[in-house]
Amino acid sequence: MASGVKPRVKVPKTAAAGSSITIKTLISHKMESGRRKDKAGELIPRSIINRFTCEFNGQSVIEVIMEPAISTNPFLEFDATVPEAGEFKFTWYDDDGDVYEASKSVAMA
Amino acid sequence: MELTRRNALAIGAGAFAATILPFQAFAAADEAIAAFTGGADVGEGGITLTSPEIAENGNTVPVSVEAPGAVSIMLLAAGNPDPAVATANFGPLAAKQAVAMRIRLAGSQDIVAVAKMADGSFVKTANAIKVTIGGCGG
Repeated sequence: MASGVKPRVKVPKTAAAGSSITIKTLISHKMESGRRKDKAGELIPRSIINRFTCEFNGQSVIEVIMEPAISTNPFLEFDATVPEAGEFKFTWYDDDGDVYEASKSVAMA
Repeated sequence: MELTRRNALAIGAGAFAATILPFQAFAAADEAIAAFTGGADVGEGGITLTSPEIAENGNTVPVSVEAPGAVSIMLLAAGNPDPAVATANFGPLAAKQAVAMRIRLAGSQDIVAVAKMADGSFVKTANAIKVTIGGCGG
């Protein structure tokens, strides 16, 4: 599942020091659960993103372990504190070893 | 159908299986909770699970969970073939111990959220969701 995976992240461009901001992330991925069958009746093997992390200037904001019960195109929304200007780094880990990354910088308002 | 001894036994076995199956599903969820808590007592309160009462499409059910002061939150769907849904671990920069996501539900069931608090205690809450079309695909 290395093709067609596109991470999208929504982060405010500026924030006041120490304030909290809401971050929304979406990554296009079919999140094959491993329980569906194809037309021939064969099980389609599991292929999901199993882990997501968000860091700000190297400090962890959130880590989410995902199971097959997460919907197609996994969407996550959470709140982060912004102590200073810097960069959010988002990482998704695929079952097949692929790693998808996105980053967004935030300036002080 | 004539009620012979063989048929009566078959019906009885079927009814027995029907009563025992939901218990197995819940047992799997209970096992997952026990693995998360390490067998510790699980309290109530201090955790909010927001979910729709009725979900038309079990493929994407929006849920959000918030537990102020939690270090991690585990979300379970007790009626799914595999009850684990997701586990969120909050870092020092999480402004709120809250996360929203979209999940798959196989059918109408209870979803359970268990939070591990900073002091090592555990709280849980559960919500019932009615699902019109299950999300397991065929």
